[in-house]
Amino acid sequence: MQKGSSVKNLNDRLETALVALGFALMMAALYLIFIYVPTEKEMGVIQRIFYIHVPLAWVAFLAFFIVFIGSILYLWKRDERWDILARSSAQIGVIFTTLVLVTGPIWAKPVWGTWWTWDARLTASLILWLTYIGYLLVRSYAGEESRGARMSAVLGIVGFVDVPLVYLSIKLWRTQHPRELVSTLEGSMMLTLMVSLAAFTVLYIILLRQTTAVRQLEASVRELKDSQQ
Amino acid sequence: MSIAADWMGKRAIVSDDYRGDTPYMIEAEGLVKSFGGRKVLRGIDLRVKEGECVAVIGPNGAGKTTLIKVLTTLSRPLAGNVRLVGMDIRKEAVAIRRKSGIVSHHTFLYDHLTAHENLKFYGKMYDVPDLDKRITEVIDAVGLRARLHDRVGTFSRGMQQRLSIARAILHDPPIMFLDEPETGLDQEALAMLSGLLKTLIAGKRTVLMTTHRFEWGSELADRIVILHSGKIVFDEPGRGMELSTLRESYRRLTGAGS
Amino acid sequence: MSGYFAKVFAILWKDILSELRTRETASAVLVFSILVIVIFNFAFEPDSDTIETVAPGILWVAFTFSGVLSLNRTFVLEKEKGCLEGLMLCPVSREVIYWGKMAASLAFMLIVEAIATPVFLILFDLPLFVPELVLVIVLATVGFVAVGTLLSALATNTRARDTLLPILFFPLVVPVIIAAVKASETVLSGGAWDEMSTWLQVMAAFDVVFLVVPSLVFEFVIEE
Repeated sequence: MQKGSSVKNLNDRLETALVALGFALMMAALYLIFIYVPTEKEMGVIQRIFYIHVPLAWVAFLAFFIVFIGSILYLWKRDERWDILARSSAQIGVIFTTLVLVTGPIWAKPVWGTWWTWDARLTASLILWLTYIGYLLVRSYAGEESRGARMSAVLGIVGFVDVPLVYLSIKLWRTQHPRELVSTLEGSMMLTLMVSLAAFTVLYIILLRQTTAVRQLEASVRELKDSQQ
Repeated sequence: MSIAADWMGKRAIVSDDYRGDTPYMIEAEGLVKSFGGRKVLRGIDLRVKEGECVAVIGPNGAGKTTLIKVLTTLSRPLAGNVRLVGMDIRKEAVAIRRKSGIVSHHTFLYDHLTAHENLKFYGKMYDVPDLDKRITEVIDAVGLRARLHDRVGTFSRGMQQRLSIARAILHDPPIMFLDEPETGLDQEALAMLSGLLKTLIAGKRTVLMTTHRFEWGSELADRIVILHSGKIVFDEPGRGMELSTLRESYRRLTGAGS
Repeated sequence: MSGYFAKVFAILWKDILSELRTRETASAVLVFSILVIVIFNFAFEPDSDTIETVAPGILWVAFTFSGVLSLNRTFVLEKEKGCLEGLMLCPVSREVIYWGKMAASLAFMLIVEAIATPVFLILFDLPLFVPELVLVIVLATVGFVAVGTLLSALATNTRARDTLLPILFFPLVVPVIIAAVKASETVLSGGAWDEMSTWLQVMAAFDVVFLVVPSLVFEFVIEE
């Protein structure tokens, strides 16, 4: 795995550029969220959490989509790199979903008086969270690396295919008790939301790259050790 | 206990989908398999001709069972080519399974079903023609006619292994794999198994077995292969080799006692 | 084609035979579902106002929990004596094993439900003749048995077989549970067909997706 130094430089430069971009976007987002955007009429200051809560949910969904793609490619090509991608994305996805589940109640309590509202997005996130915790658990209980990878790949596929059905059934269920965490969006709010979304997406990409890079290195070390025998 | 030799003594009919351009029934080239990030098979090259009997011996963990698992399509190779009866294992696994029979330390038998029901089930799964007649043939061959309608759970280990052999030969496969079949058997069953091996060899079946019994290697096998740490370190003609010579080579190559 | 179906049926028949001989799973699952129904009865005040809202939930809790029990068993049987390997060595494509085991679990659950449902309806003083309920039960059961068979095979190959199956199973079958409960509720309270048909469509969609996808990925779960 010898890379030409020019390519290595390029990689490093890209990495730095990405981190810089991420930092800039996050700073911009924070500014927009806490200073720029006007306070929402009905819900008050707490509504600002919406600009964090919603992007987190979308990026978590993106993360699980990557798990889905990675799982399919792993089962098809049997290349460990796809498994590393899927696994890393699943971990990040679970973390982001946990944050969704934390920010939701923080928002709900002052506005509706209860911690949990059985809102469609929040409930679906809870189910997703449980599904992908299962994905991670299977790896620990599989007893052997490649089997764990294969089984969680299966779950990565089955779990994601379930997502639209989960959303649909919960939404239908909740039409009887609407207590949605939604806001009607005008100009400045839309801008804030989009910037925040971009910031969190770049954050996800950075985290994903870092985690997969570490795992790749681990895999290479194992390869090397093994071929010495 | 002897095995009725007439039907098994017939030369195995390999024909219809036999890809005639290769004389080898089993071919492995550069076979690599890993489990848990560790390479268990590190580039196995093995060719077995039709009618050959190969005994594979080696210490535990050498990769014997893994080798059988790959050859019987239970496990996918990581790298390398594997062909049985000229068919690529990655492309024609189902057809290959039809051509193999396996006797293992697992019996593959359902305890709550009778011997007859077990054989009937596997007969259907293997599309065995004239199933009832065939069941009678194999059950007689292993001497279990009297227990045909008893539940397998009531059989002794030796009897279960005998029934397992009947199951393996039910579809008359040209290739037989045996994975440490001697495990847990009593003298009577062991004698029976030896008899089976001799008959298979006489009937020109291709046999590949993993075993800890060096005697079978030196008395029965055409070739002996020693597997150590996932590599073949010894591949010599078997029959006629002195048992002591074999043990000596084994000790030398694997650093293990026999 | 008839060969394919014959082999699925062979596996189904083998499982039925095994179960007839031992009857161990049948009694446990049936007794368990009735027990759940009875115990939930004590958990909620059974006066007629709340009954119609609470009852469908109780029925489906009983069926999904006892379903997990029965699904757990389906591949445990095969693990003994290496029978799963025995099946994998047969000249059939891997999904035949899936279909066979799925059909067996389905037949089994439907029989349990056929007995437990009248008991449930009697205990809660609900109308006994409700053919639409049969449709709901069949659609929902197909759904969760289709998913459960795949997960059972997966969990059996791991170290924590008994605890892993429910953990994986319940989040995935949420759509079926919601749909089944809502549809049953509508049926039992004499509600309109269109209300129910939405839920039936959700279940049908789930069934189609989860019959196709697991059969495709099943081979990766049982491979060594």
